[in-house]
Amino acid sequence: MATKSISAAGQRTLVSGSTTTGRRRRRISGDMLLAILVLLPSILAVAIFIYTAIGWTFYISTVKWNSQVIDYSFVGLRNWLRMIGDARFHADLRNLAYYAIGFMTQCILFGFLLASLLDQKIKGEALFRTIIIFPFAVSGIVTGVAWRWLMQPTTGINLLFANIGLDWFQPTWNTHPRYGMWAVTIATAWQFTGYVMALYLAGLRGIPQELREAAAIDGAGTYATYRWVIIPLLMPVTFTAIVLTGMNSIRVFDVLASMSGSGAAFATDTLAFFMFQSTFGAYRYSLGATIGAFMILLSAFLIVPYLRSMRGEVER
Amino acid sequence: MKFQNRLNRRNFMKFSALGAGAAALSACVAPGAAPATGGAAAPAPAAGANQLEIFSWWTSGGEVEALNAIYEIYSAQFPDVEIVNAALAGGAGQGGNMKALLETRMQGGQPPDSFQVHLGRELIDSHVIPDRMEDLSFLYEEEGLNDVFPKDLIDIASYEGKPYSVPVNIHRSNVLWYRPSKLEAAGVAAAPTTWDEFFAAAEQLKAAGIPALAIAEIEPNFSGHVFENILVTQLDQAGYLGLFNGSTAWDDERVTKALEILNQAFDYANTDYLSTSWGDINDRFVADDGPAMMIMGDWTHGVLMSKGFTDYRWAPAPDTTGLFVVLSDSFGLPKNAPHRDNAVNFLRVCGSRAGQDAFNPIKGSIPARTDPDLSKYDEYLLSAMEDFKSNTLLPSIQHGAAVKQSFVLDYAIAINNLATNRDVASAQSMLVQAATDAELVA
Repeated sequence: MATKSISAAGQRTLVSGSTTTGRRRRRISGDMLLAILVLLPSILAVAIFIYTAIGWTFYISTVKWNSQVIDYSFVGLRNWLRMIGDARFHADLRNLAYYAIGFMTQCILFGFLLASLLDQKIKGEALFRTIIIFPFAVSGIVTGVAWRWLMQPTTGINLLFANIGLDWFQPTWNTHPRYGMWAVTIATAWQFTGYVMALYLAGLRGIPQELREAAAIDGAGTYATYRWVIIPLLMPVTFTAIVLTGMNSIRVFDVLASMSGSGAAFATDTLAFFMFQSTFGAYRYSLGATIGAFMILLSAFLIVPYLRSMRGEVER
Repeated sequence: MKFQNRLNRRNFMKFSALGAGAAALSACVAPGAAPATGGAAAPAPAAGANQLEIFSWWTSGGEVEALNAIYEIYSAQFPDVEIVNAALAGGAGQGGNMKALLETRMQGGQPPDSFQVHLGRELIDSHVIPDRMEDLSFLYEEEGLNDVFPKDLIDIASYEGKPYSVPVNIHRSNVLWYRPSKLEAAGVAAAPTTWDEFFAAAEQLKAAGIPALAIAEIEPNFSGHVFENILVTQLDQAGYLGLFNGSTAWDDERVTKALEILNQAFDYANTDYLSTSWGDINDRFVADDGPAMMIMGDWTHGVLMSKGFTDYRWAPAPDTTGLFVVLSDSFGLPKNAPHRDNAVNFLRVCGSRAGQDAFNPIKGSIPARTDPDLSKYDEYLLSAMEDFKSNTLLPSIQHGAAVKQSFVLDYAIAINNLATNRDVASAQSMLVQAATDAELVA
């Protein structure tokens, strides 16, 4: 994690360095040299362990290595066609949509709500902040196991419902063959909402007090202030939250693996789980690589516009 | 409130970009970095140390104790060797996590000294054909194993006439476990011996409010086990074996019939079978309101005993009297095992009479050897030994004996699909596709 963060910061340093004025160019290029030298180890590490690995994954997706016997004969797009034709892949795309909608909505909605509440200059704010962000420190596997127990249809939350007279409300939660994925998002949103809350809280703190005062002077009530001042100002934060939760939706694995695996008829299957099972369950390396490559492309759709907009932000 | 002042908008954006970047990179690296299962958790032992590293998926109840019984015999003979028990449980399918980790070690050229593997195609397709295993002909000769293992079993362990692993046990897949008190309560006189009798009994049980059959299908595998024991009732020996070499097609109408039987059986299963996991099913079976019958392998015997449960009996699964659907756990010798001599000695213990008689009574399985000390085995195991000698042996699908692992995965998924959608035609087309993908079709 550490090296990746440094390199991400590093790239941004280079970007801002290149926008300085011409008069001081010579001294800056000395700085640049130093910067490049300092960054070289992490650039190399990223190049080898990330970009080479990505390249290798794309390459493996075009060969015939679908058993333990290594086979590098080129088959073109056959693995891709096989993946696209697979009913499991279709189920995974459907699940991705369910998951992304459920997970992102809950995280962003509750994250914003909690941050707004914490921003009211309340007592014990630090305590509440810690409590809310705490689930983020719990590993995905633990989250999954705990929520599997909670969602067990006869002994979990359902027992609680039954005991308070809600006998008729006994959903099967994450094991529902059609809507299991929605239940899973409750568990993952529980884990991730605190983080989104922290993002929003930082964003709220960055909004100058004068703007709120100005809005108040103009006669805006609480609703109007949020609707016309605060929420628009927080758009970059929302954008960040969308990208982060979106990425999380694409690669979710651990919580699901420990909750219900692929589920009944792939009700809770994901691309990542499909990739894992293809590679290490069925030893279809090329198919696994194809799914991985597809996930990278999907992530790129989210991250590339994001990085471009970030660059625009800096140049302004 | 320093935090508040420093976090102006630009800094904040930088900060969040950093987070997004890191998230993006970890998303991208995922395909290559799959051994998150615990590559670090089980480091390869130092080659210099006098060790013996054994991989297995035996981590629960009787399994661990049985394995320890073999270790004890080994340690008594070789006290200087430190045994590294690298066991890893669970995952998708039997021993899924362990197999995933094993696969990364084997691909990376860092095999353990020996590892558990299902006898049959799982061993052969996964490890022998990729040329990762040593031929054990020499060990079979030296230990006289050719004379004490049944010939059929050695054939299953062999590829091109050479044995590649040492079986430590024999499990039977086609056993019907039932609770006499439940059958009595519903007025069922005896355990069903045919599927017709089963459905008649199931109706009676249903009328009495008792689920007839225990099923755990929250994810694939359990019904796959049940289904193999229905398949063998519809196809004769040649027809069944033909499913794995292309001479019987998976769209055969006898396969359809078997799927229909299973589909009908789901009507009488515990209603929450899509929410029940294989790990929980034994607790469900012994519960007061549990199902009356369960079709499961004979490790169930050991599990039920370890729960102190006594209200159960056994019979061959319906229509399988005279058939023995067999699976076996075995240990092999990977090429370049870091402590080859220790591993060979371990395999000697595994194949020995003392080793097998220590392991099997605890595991709840019968020995692969034909000369066990009968006084060590209980009533069920003695009856299983009798059947093993006289019955027609058929390899298990779900447990890797009959067919390669990639097919087993797809097969279990197809049956899970039937359990969920109750659509025989769609499940059968998935089986046909699985056979095509596995290149079983000649």
